[in-house]
Formats: sequence, C-alpha cells, structure tokens
Amino acid sequence: MKKISLALPLVALVAACGSNSGGQQGGQGAAGVTGAGSTFVYPVLSAWAADYRKQGGADINYQSIGSGGGIAQVKAGTVDFGATDQPLASDDLAKSNLAQFPIVVGGIVPVVNVAGIPAGKLKLTGALLADIYAGKVKNWNDPAIVQLNPGVNLPGAAIAVVHRSDGSGTTFNFTHYLSQVSPTWKSGPGEGKTVNWAAGVGGKGNEGVAAYVKQLPNSLGYVEYAYVMQNKMAYALLQNSAGNFVAPSAAAFAAAAQTADWSHAQDFNLVMTNASGAQAYPIAASTFILLPKQPKDKAKSQSAIAFFKYALEKGTAQANKLDYVPLPGPLVQQIETYIGANIK
Amino acid sequence: MNATAASDALANPRPRKSGAGADRLFQWITAGSAWFVLILLAGTAASMAWGGRLAFQTFGWHFVTGRDWDVGAGKFGAFVPIYGTLVTSAIALIIAVPVSIGIALFLTDIAPRWSRGPIAIAIELLAAIPSIIYGMWGLFIFAPFMATHVEPWLTAHLGDKPFIGALFSGPPIGIGMLTAGIVLGIMVIPFISSVAREVFSAVPPALRESAVALGSTRWEILSRVTLPYTRSAIIGAVFLGLGRALGETMAVTFVLGNAHDLSASLLMPSNSIAAAIANEFTEADTDLYRSSLIALGFLLFVVTFIVLTIAKLLLLRINRQLGRTH
Repeated sequence: MKKISLALPLVALVAACGSNSGGQQGGQGAAGVTGAGSTFVYPVLSAWAADYRKQGGADINYQSIGSGGGIAQVKAGTVDFGATDQPLASDDLAKSNLAQFPIVVGGIVPVVNVAGIPAGKLKLTGALLADIYAGKVKNWNDPAIVQLNPGVNLPGAAIAVVHRSDGSGTTFNFTHYLSQVSPTWKSGPGEGKTVNWAAGVGGKGNEGVAAYVKQLPNSLGYVEYAYVMQNKMAYALLQNSAGNFVAPSAAAFAAAAQTADWSHAQDFNLVMTNASGAQAYPIAASTFILLPKQPKDKAKSQSAIAFFKYALEKGTAQANKLDYVPLPGPLVQQIETYIGANIK
Repeated sequence: MNATAASDALANPRPRKSGAGADRLFQWITAGSAWFVLILLAGTAASMAWGGRLAFQTFGWHFVTGRDWDVGAGKFGAFVPIYGTLVTSAIALIIAVPVSIGIALFLTDIAPRWSRGPIAIAIELLAAIPSIIYGMWGLFIFAPFMATHVEPWLTAHLGDKPFIGALFSGPPIGIGMLTAGIVLGIMVIPFISSVAREVFSAVPPALRESAVALGSTRWEILSRVTLPYTRSAIIGAVFLGLGRALGETMAVTFVLGNAHDLSASLLMPSNSIAAAIANEFTEADTDLYRSSLIALGFLLFVVTFIVLTIAKLLLLRINRQLGRTH
C-alpha cells in the first residue's frame, strides 16, 4: 500500500515533466507564433487561431495575461506579438520600436441587478454614471436617476457599485469615457487601467464583475459586451453624444467605429469612446496588436502578420458569432498599408 | 530515569564497524533536510525583501502606515490590506476556536462510540476541499444569504448601539470583512478540530476518571482537566489555523470585495494582502507597482512571523507561571 502511494505522485510528476517539455517544444517550433496580452480579445483570437490552423496556417499560441503584461512581454521580446486594450502613444511606440494597429471592436456595457428592471429598461447618462462611481449618487431612487426613468419602479436601496480589482483595458476605456463626459471625474479619479475608486467592490476580470453583479442585489457594474450576452445580464441604455439612448449591439459599436477618425490618428492611437454618430454606442473599444518593427525572427513576424491579415479579412464571420465587431473595410486597408510601411 | 537511559541508548548506539558510516550518512541527510527548510525560509524572506526594496526606499514607514493605494498616482500604502488580513483572520478564529473545541470534545467524550469515526472523517474531508470551492460557495450561496437575511438584521439591531454600532453599519451587500471572516472560520475548523481531537484523546484516562470520581460535571472536566492538560497543543492548533487564515487567497478574493477602502464597518468590503497580490500582480506594469506588491508579500511574512512569535511567548509565559512543561 505504501509503495503505491509513494509511486503514484512520482508517476504524475514524470508525466507532468514530459508533457511540459513537449508543450514548450511545440511553442518554440519554427512555425509557432507566440503572443500575450488582453483578456478581452482572447475568445475571438483563439477561435481565429483554430480556424487558421485548420486551413494550414501557423500555430498561434496566445496567453491572455492582461494588457499590461502583454505590453511588457512584447517590449522585452519574450513574445512575437502583444495585444492591449489601451493604445500606446506614438513616442512610447517609437522608443520600443513597435508598430500598433487595431484588430477588433467591442463595447463596454453598464449592467444592473435590480428586481423588476429587465435588460434595456434603465436609462443612464455618462455624467450620472460618473457620479454613481464617484459615490455621489448613492441610492437607486436618487432624483437624478428617477428623473431619467419616469415610470420605472426604482427601489430605495443603496447602489452596490462593482468595478474591476485588477488592472484592465476595460477599466481604461470605461474611465476614459467617464473623463470625457464628467469634468469632476476627470479632475478626480481620472482615467487609467486602475484608478482610485471612491466606492464599491472589486471583481477580478470581466467574469468576476459579472459574477458580483449577478450575486449582489441592487448592484451596478461594467463588463465587455460578450459577457452581457453570454450571461444574459440586464444592461442599461446609455445616452450618446448625439443625445440618443442606445442599447449595446454590434450595429451600435460599428456605428462608433465608423465615425471615429482613424485616418488622422498616428499609429492608430485612438480611443473610440463618446463617438459622435447618432446611433453610435458611447463606450466602444478596440483591442490593438503590438508588433516589433525590426523583429529578431523575421519568419515568425511574417507568419504573425499573415495570421492578422487572415483575421482582418476572413475572420469577420467568426468575430460576429462571438459578439465582437469586425473592423470596417477602409480601416482594414489602412492597416495593411501601415503594416507594409512599418514592419520590416 | 529508565526512559532517559533508553533514549540515550537509542541516540548513541554502540558503534559497529559496518554500520558507522551509514549511520553518519543518515545523520547528515536528516540534518541537511532540517537545515534546508531554514535556509529556504530565510532565502524566501530575503528575496521578497530585496524585490520590495524599491517600495520600502520610496515610501519608508509610510508603506506600512499609508492608507492610499493609488496606482495612477504611484502612491502605495499597505495599511488597508494589512488591516483587512488581520480583521478577517480574527473573525475566523472567534468562530473557529469554540466550534472546533466543541467538536473535539464531543467526539472524544460525548458522542456514541460508533459515530466518532464517521464524523471525524467528515471533518477531515472538509480540510481537503480546495479553497476555491469555499470561495465559490461563499460568493454564490453565502453572500446573497448574508445580504438578504443576516446583514439587514445586524444593521437594524446593532447598527445604532454605541461603540459596536459602527461595526455593523452600511449597505447590506453581502460581500465584506464579516462574510470573508466567516468563510475563513469554516475553512480553518477542520485544522483546529482534528488536532484538538487527537490531543484530547491523548489525555490519560486516569486523570479524567479521577475527576469523575470527585463528582465533576462534563464542563468541569473540560475546563479543569482536559484543557489545562492539553493547553500548549491546543494553542499550537489555533495558530496553525491562524496561519492558514492569514495566507488564504482564493476564498477571500471571492467574498472580501477587493477594495482598498478603510472602513470601521465589518459589512464593508476591504482587501487582504494575499488577495491584493493575486488580483493585481499580472497587470502591475511599473517597477514601483510590482515592487510594492512584492513588499506586500514580505509584510505578510512579517505579520505571520510576529503573530507566531507572540504565540510562542504566550505559551512560554503560561508554562513558566505554572512551573512545568508538557
């Protein structure tokens, strides 16, 4: 009996070592491209990678460690490409000799859990959202919320505010939007991948925030659109800069992507929040790919570029299926010109 | 006398030519194993301190006493996570210690003999549940229960009392220090109770029988015979549980709220050292941020070390006062 119990862990250990080294070899093979970064883009990126491999393309090995981690890894040269939800400024890119372009668009959606309020019933403005997250509007029956929502039965309970506990591109886009629509937010917490939250509880990752909002009565949180759809959460309508209350949808994100002025943004350094179109969703966001301009391993860099071309041109159906929005045609052409001009 | 002579003989057996070398080798291996732990501990502590040096150099003592954790402004203070760690662990012990001793006493003295084995196994199985399961249970089942039933009651009945009122005020969101403390308490019960059960059953039957012969009640046997006899082992078990509570990460992350807010109310969210590191390490993209998180890890070392030292000193003092050791 003793012998068996001693031998078993040993076998497991040997097996683990074996599979581990095997996996590393696979990743470092000539055709294997490695990337790291944004968790938001992971579902669609891995779906594209699987399709690409089926069609005889290279192995794409993507680790969703978070935007900050992706930036650090591609700067250090440990991965072939990085992915971030917060675009880098041109001088930062020049310093690290990196090229940057958007790959897919999504949206960040306020979600609520209040008894009797279904999806799409509650209306919010950006300034009100900022006041709630700043802890100034504390209760659901606050006059500011009641005024926007005549006929909605709002409880007298406190709003349980949920934000991210980890640094996140989602938070960056959300706080970037709040800074644009609320001067007090801009001078207070401001924008960033994490900010100094005045109120609320923090969930880890989109899934953590989604779980908290589902569990906590009278809560309000913000998550990526894909999580709203998958978890069937009650989203709120958000007023855009044209004054319309819009629901999150692929069409509304696409409207925001179309009104954004990409052609004048150097290195595509553009955040799409508070876009001006009549039907544009106010917190649309894109994920950006970072590639070294002078890669150490040219073959790998070329297979990464081939993969992203495939994703931009032929990955649109897959992106739609997963509740992401593919980039508009003219933008794809602009990106391909940019890649040709910048990456050697 | 006989016993010491026997153990001396065991420690220094008569040297035999063939066995001496092997014996020395065995001695080296065991000594090496023991020292290895000590070196590992010192090495870990030193490398954590080295990794956190940037934070300690930048903020000095304010790193320990500062309440700000403002990533954007690059200001880091560890007071809130330290406070959250200590408060949740204290709540855990307040719940776990009496329950564990009750379990152990029931199993050794009161329970019918046929039921002791199954109950003891069930309790030890509790210890085998991965902590993330406790976290999920805490978030999906226990937190809503706290939010709808327990916390409104606490606020209504205790919220306006002087002194303790501040502990039970605030909106009932179900996630916070009290919920985390209770979940931690449930997690450490099996650790404390299984050790307590074993030391209780090691109390010589003659002692208990004498107490019964003198007409003691069950409570008197516990408080005057069993507990005094097993005191050091029980305190050891309690600190084993405390060590686990201080370092627990996943379960706490789920139900504590991960907010760097300092609040007197136990119903409000807070943060713990381990949870802060787990949440923020992957996205710590500046040197100072990363260093501050490693420094937090070092502080967890220090907090644990201080707590264990206090425990040892306490034990030493009790034993000296009684003029004996067990």
